[in-house]
Order: sequence, then C-alpha cells, then structure tokens
Amino acid sequence: MSLDTVAQAIAHPDTAQPFKELGLKPDEYVRIKEILGRRPTSSELAMYSVMWSEHCSYKSSKVHLKQFGEKAPKSDALLVGIGENAGVVDVGQGYAVTFKIESHNHPSFVEPYQGAATGVGGIVRDILTMGARPIAVMDPLRFGPAEAADTRRVLPGIIAGVGGYGNCLGLPNIGGEVVFDETYIGNPLVNALCVGVMRHSDIKLAKAAGAGNLVVLYGAKTGGDGIGGVSVLASETFGDGGSTKRPSVQVGDPFVEKVLIECSLEIFAEDLVVGIQDLGGAGLSCATSELASGGSGGMKVQLDKVPLRDPSLSPEEILMSESQERMCAIVEPSKIARFLEICKKWDVTVTVIGEVTDGKHLEITWNGELIVDVPPRTVAHDGPVYNRPLAQPEYIDRVNAEKISVPMPQSSTEIKAALLKLASAPNMADKSWVTAQYDKYVQGNTIQAQPDDSGMVRIDEKTHLGVAIATDANANWSYLNPYQGAKLALAEAARNIATAGARPLAVTNCLNFGSPEDPGVMWQFAESVRGLADGCLEMGLPVTGGNVSFYNQTGDVAILPTPVIGVLGVIDDVRTRTPMSFDKAGLDLYLLGTTGAELAGSEWAFLHGQRGGNSPTADLQNEMNLIEVLLAGRSEKIFTAAHDLSQGGLAMTITEMVLRHMVGATISLNDVANDLLSETPGRVVIAIDSSKSSALLELCAKYKTPVSKLGTTGGDTLVINETVISLQELKTAHTSTFPRLFG
Amino acid sequence: MRVGVVTFPGTLDDRDAARAVRAGGSEAVELWHGDADLKNVDAVILPGGFSYGDYLRCGAISRFAPVMTLIIEQANKGMPLLGICNGFQVLCESHLLPGALTRNSDLHFLCKDQVISIENTNTPWTSSFSKGQEILIPLKNGEGSFQCDDATLASLEGEDRIIARYVGENPNGSRNLIAGITNVRGNVVGLMPHPEHAIDALTGPSAEGLGFFTSILNAMVK
Repeated sequence: MSLDTVAQAIAHPDTAQPFKELGLKPDEYVRIKEILGRRPTSSELAMYSVMWSEHCSYKSSKVHLKQFGEKAPKSDALLVGIGENAGVVDVGQGYAVTFKIESHNHPSFVEPYQGAATGVGGIVRDILTMGARPIAVMDPLRFGPAEAADTRRVLPGIIAGVGGYGNCLGLPNIGGEVVFDETYIGNPLVNALCVGVMRHSDIKLAKAAGAGNLVVLYGAKTGGDGIGGVSVLASETFGDGGSTKRPSVQVGDPFVEKVLIECSLEIFAEDLVVGIQDLGGAGLSCATSELASGGSGGMKVQLDKVPLRDPSLSPEEILMSESQERMCAIVEPSKIARFLEICKKWDVTVTVIGEVTDGKHLEITWNGELIVDVPPRTVAHDGPVYNRPLAQPEYIDRVNAEKISVPMPQSSTEIKAALLKLASAPNMADKSWVTAQYDKYVQGNTIQAQPDDSGMVRIDEKTHLGVAIATDANANWSYLNPYQGAKLALAEAARNIATAGARPLAVTNCLNFGSPEDPGVMWQFAESVRGLADGCLEMGLPVTGGNVSFYNQTGDVAILPTPVIGVLGVIDDVRTRTPMSFDKAGLDLYLLGTTGAELAGSEWAFLHGQRGGNSPTADLQNEMNLIEVLLAGRSEKIFTAAHDLSQGGLAMTITEMVLRHMVGATISLNDVANDLLSETPGRVVIAIDSSKSSALLELCAKYKTPVSKLGTTGGDTLVINETVISLQELKTAHTSTFPRLFG
Repeated sequence: MRVGVVTFPGTLDDRDAARAVRAGGSEAVELWHGDADLKNVDAVILPGGFSYGDYLRCGAISRFAPVMTLIIEQANKGMPLLGICNGFQVLCESHLLPGALTRNSDLHFLCKDQVISIENTNTPWTSSFSKGQEILIPLKNGEGSFQCDDATLASLEGEDRIIARYVGENPNGSRNLIAGITNVRGNVVGLMPHPEHAIDALTGPSAEGLGFFTSILNAMVK
C-alpha cells in the first residue's frame, strides 16, 4: 500500500475515502475538507474520525453539558475545572485532590476481564496525568439479572479484571456498587473512579508550550490493540489485510502501569515536564492534538520514531491505536537528560518523537514524508456539535399513572419473611464475595471501604486530614423521572459522605444512557443533566468533570437512564469520623428525616416486578440541613454511629447496622410495613449514647431536621415491634446470595 | 537499628512496611532492587506486591535481582530476613525457605481479615508474641496456598519451623494451615498475611501485627 501524504492529497483530490466506515457523516467529511482546503490524507482522516467520535467529542452531549459551567456554583475549592483530564479540588493544608469517573461498558461486555481492567487503568492514568499520586479506586457496576447466563459470563471476569488491575497497581478499592436489572443484560456498566492527591504546586496540565521543547512518548510500546475502527483500517483502502483479527479491546499490563506511575511521579517531583497527557481513547491522535492545541498550536512529530510492538503497523493504525500504559510529555531540552535517566532507572521505554514549534499546525511525518498537517484545535476541540431531537418518551405518563400494588407485610411472620427476602435479594445482599477480590488495605491509609456509606482515605498521617468519596445512582427513579433521579442521586452521594462526618466538596459523574439517536433517550439524558446541574447549583457543589457513555442498548431496548454521581468530601480528622454502625448495647437509635409512602422505584417494588409510579421529589434544602446535622453530630461528638437510608429503606439500613458487629437492636414502628420499606430520601439512622439526647434534639431543632426515636441497641436479635429475627438467620440470608450465585 | 525494605519494580507494600518498621521503633532504609548495596542494614524485609508483574511464577524473577545476591549471602550468615506475601514467594524461589506458594484453592484473589496463631516465638520476628497467641491481620493474595512434599512438611512440623497457622477455615488450601515458616537457623521468616497493614486499628483490622516489628528491634538490641 502506498503512503498517503499531504502531497498525494493535493495531487489526487478525488481519491475515494472510507469516511462512512470510519463513522463520519457526509457533512462531517465535507467540513474536514473545508478546514484543510483539500481532502484529508488517510492519516488525517483517521485522526478526525476518532477525535470527532461521540466518545471523544461529546458531540451529542456538549450542548447539555455546558449547563455544568453555566450553573456552576461559586466555589473556592475548585482549582481545575471541566476540560482537563480531571478536575482538581482544594482540600486544605496545601493539598489538592483530583478525582474522576469513567465508563468502560462496551469493552467489558466483549471481553469482561480486559475491558474492566483497562477501564481501571485508563482512569488511573487520567489522575496521574494531573500530577497526582493515585490513592484509591472505586467501581460502580451494573449487570443483567443475577440468575441470567450472560451475567454469569461477564460478572466474574469483570470483578476479576477490576481486582486484577487495581490490586497490581497497589491501589485500595474502597467502594462501588453492584446492581442487577434486566435492562443491563447485554449492556453491563463498568464505571471506574480514581482519586489522587498532590500538593497545589504539583498540578500538571495538558499543554505543549515553548517552541523547541521536546515531545516525549514513554511507557509501553504501541501495538495493534484497541484500534477503534479496526474493521475499516483493514479494508482495502487502508490495510494490508493482516489486521482484521486484531482485537478492538485493549489488553492491559498493570505491571507496566505501576512502573509508569512511579516513574512519572519521580519525573514530576523533579519538575521535568511542561505539559503531560496520557494516551487513552484515540491514542496518539488525542494526545498530540490536545497537547498542541493546549499550547500555541505548533508541533512536529516523527511518527516513525514511535516504538512498536508490531512493526507492520501502518501510520494510520499507530495514530489510532489505544495500546495501554503510554504517556506523552512535553520536556524542555535542558531537562531531557534527567528525564531519560529516570525512565532508565524504571526500565521504561522512552522516545523523543518530536518538538513544539512556533507554528500553528500539527505536522506529522512518516520517514520524512508529511502525512498530517492540521490546525490541532480543529481535531481536538472543534468537532461537530449536535442538538439532537429530544422528546419525552410515551412511557413516562403511562408509568407515572400506575399505582404501586405490592404486598405490605403485617403479621410477624410476614415482616420476618420480608426482611429476609430483602436482605438476600441480589441488589441488597452482602457484597463480600466481590470486595474480597479487591485489596482494600494497600498504602495503609484506608479508613472506610465498602460496605460503609462512603470510602475514606487518610491523606496526611500527621494531621489526619482525609477525603471521603461515594458514588450513587438510582436508575429506577431516573426511569420514572430523570430530572428528579439525578438530583436524588446527587443528594444520596452527598449524604453518604456526610454520614461519616465529611463535608461534600465537589462532584463528578458518569452518565450511562442508551442511543442519543433515540429522542426519548436524548430527553432522559437532557433531563438528567438539567437535574444534576440544578442540584449542584442549589447544593453549592461544582461539577469537576465526568464522562458520557451512550449507545448502551440492545436493539430498541435501552438501559435504564443511569447517571452515576460521585461526590468527594473532606474530613479534618479521620480519627473522629462517625462509623456506620454500633458495636455495643444500650445505645439509643433515632431516625433523622420523615418517612412518606414512597414505594415507587423501591427495591420492594422491584422485587415484585413493579416499575411504575412517581419518583420522590428531591428536597435539597432538607438534604443540606440534614448534612449540617451529620457534620455537627460528628464534630460535637454526639453520634456513635450513622447510616444512610436508601435502596431497601429502613429494613436494609437496620439490617446492615446490626450485622456489622453482630450487635442487635429493638425498634418500634407505627406503620411497620411502610416504615420499613418506603424509600423516602433524606433519612439517616443514628446511634447515640443516651446522655446525648438533649444535644441531639437541640441540633435537629437548629437545622429544622425531624427526628424520632426508633429504639435501642443490644442483644443477638433484631426486634421490630413483635417480630423477632435472630441475627444469625439474618446474616445467613444476607451473606449466602453471592456465593450461591457465583460460587 | 536499621531495617532495609526492598523495592522491586511492582512492589506495592514497601511504604507500608517502612511505616511499620518505624512504628516498631527501628529506622526504615530503602533498598533498590538494582543496587548491590545493603546500606549497612541489620535486617531486611521483602514486602508484598507483584514484583516484575509476577507473570512468571510469583517471585521467580526477583530472586535474580542484584540486591538479592547480597541478601541471600547475609541471610545465610544469620541476618534476620522477613518476606511478606510476595516476599515469602521470593524467599521460596530463592531456596532460603522450602516449599512453594500456589494459586488459592478457590482460584480468586482473596482479601480478608484473618486470625492466625503464632506457633514459634523463637525467631527474631516473632519474639514479642506469646506461643499460641492469636492475632487478627489482613490476608490478601492470589497465590497464597503453601505446598510442599510430605518429607518437607514432616521436617517443618518436627523442627518447630511453622511460625504461624491460620485459625478457623482454611482460607487458601495451604497444607497444615501454614501461614508462615522459618528456615533451620530461624533467622529467615516467610509470612503470607500482612502484619504491616495491622499496626493501627484506624487503618487495619487491629494493631496486632506490630509485634513482628517490635520483635526485630528487640532481637537486634540483644
């Protein structure tokens, strides 16, 4: 195959190009020609096609996502906002924390282990790229029905992949979710969150400034894995016919990434880089164009210098390869010797592939011939923007009008049966089978991990400063009302931070939806973004970044709208956090918040095959008052334990509390069935020493938060009015589901 | 007292081990796999992790690291040496300890809080404990099932060289519930669970792992 150079493109303007097969629309192809004033070379076409893809360009979501900026609350905490690899938040004492969540849904369906593993690897590099040491990961996961054959195919591999990669990097896994629903069959959701910490002065950005500075590629060699449009590249126009069977899922090597992390942190510590970018989606196309457009625009790259695992790769394939564990740095010539020395110490492959110029174009050559000559901003940032049609789907009015009709347990036998049914339901059951495959102890700073409400890590051993993170989504509510669903997920994540006594600071999100070409799905998406932006404004929490995953659907069936919201909080002294449960008898139990008759979208309704009704309405003012109560309850040493109510209502919250240390409780309820099963948001169960009761009541009065006494702790049973359940029986029900299903 | 902590590429628990050494009252000294220099340390810890990725048998490559040549030499002269998890695997691959660590019996990576009983308190790493003392420390590995032939097992049992056993259900299929062993001389100890993650109840399941690190200080002061 002959090399398609810029000279060729000028000489042969009418050569047919496979833009459609690369996923570009005819008008997008025309626009590329207008930008360049000629047809693109095959390499340029490859770059535009991956960078203008939905995944990289956010072309369907951009018009909605800008609300996160427009409605951004004033926040002194935000050091770096949306647009960089990850947002950065000031957590005090000179520390900055960066965190982000991303999806790796489709690859994980195709190849569960590698898909999930490289999902972890990708988000960790995003955090590293900001200049931070990664300190923890979390993984919200969603699967088809627990009993489904395909769930048994993907779940063990995904769990092993998350664990295999994260464990080998030495990153504690401190939480996540495992949720089952029929709409995720064929579309498992693998979202991965990473958090990192650095000093303020260490923040790094993706920019290539300073003519004469060197473009340095380091890390793994480039291979033929993860080429998005591989089938096209193997077509007659591009390929040599040998690459048809190359996997489109990347293959991860966590050992290389671990070494890359340590090597990069040593390089950062000596201040050897001007700008840095990791190679993730769209590989070198993304890194070079983003770095160049982050600077003044000029960059020259000699593509033939890129070290290859497979010497037969064409330039187009090299530009599109998503081989993992690679980084691209901009280095001043005076610092390159030391840079190379550190790479040598860590046995990391490193190559100078080009330099920053004072021009405006990104020029890429292949053995001296010019194959790319583009204004980099047109590749990286000026992609198409679609205002896709959206319309409220017909199901909304229908399901909102449905009345929930589920059995409400009344007798002791029924109440006990209901509790055991909930405790053993796959969505509610103990997740130790999963979390036991993750290292939660490495680095020695883990304060809380699953099954706590949030994950918490210490970031300073002397001052005891720490951060807490929670991720939440309630897709059942988002299905009924995506605007409220997003707000409610935000409120829940913030509450899950606050129960431990950490103050919520900032938000990240991973928005998982069906096809944006379906106006109904697009409406769900738009409503979710609007809800999240409004909620963040009201709660004063800036969105620092996030990720959109579309096309999660099989045929016409889209997944439930699943906006996963991550909230990060700060706690001044991790030693004084409020734990999620009590380990002694004689404490008083109280419920903060009020319970309404809200079974729509509840786990109890789900267990009875009901999906209708109206979602609760988020009352964020109440939520913010509740958060103040939780923070003061910790700092004023009033609370002994606090645990959020969410899916499964009070029934699950009290179950999780008594099982944590196998210390029972006796509670009395007025309307037993509804009090146990309703999922009214904005509620928390707390335990206090009886001497603190007046302090509690004063605190709740101050923040206008309803409070009612539930009962007391102690014994080896859970007693609810006349119903007595042995903790052992409850524990067996709660802990046997996952081993039974997945062995 | 100076306790060296080795970092191989892929080592993960080196900073945790160094923290535990300091908590036990000794000075932690960083040792780099590629440097044939023990920096005058009095004892060495090989921490956990996935050295060189452990894509071959765990620990199989690390034993050839330049620093290991010196460590093996000094250990054979009596220097106290503790291998934790991946470090235990390296000690077996180096033939400083007998047997091998194989895939957990259920084939999953397993991270859990594990009770072990200290069976031998005569080593420099276990002297702070009392014989039969039960402690709760994290166990976290994919290949922690201790295996050896019958003759080796008989000599380990007969010579009181099993320093710790799992209590309760066998977590990984190790023979005779073995969690840790020592060499004939008693200066080299391999341990699968992680005492360095149990030096403070704030960040671990207990502070009962600290005894390994106070033991080494006591041993060297004597």
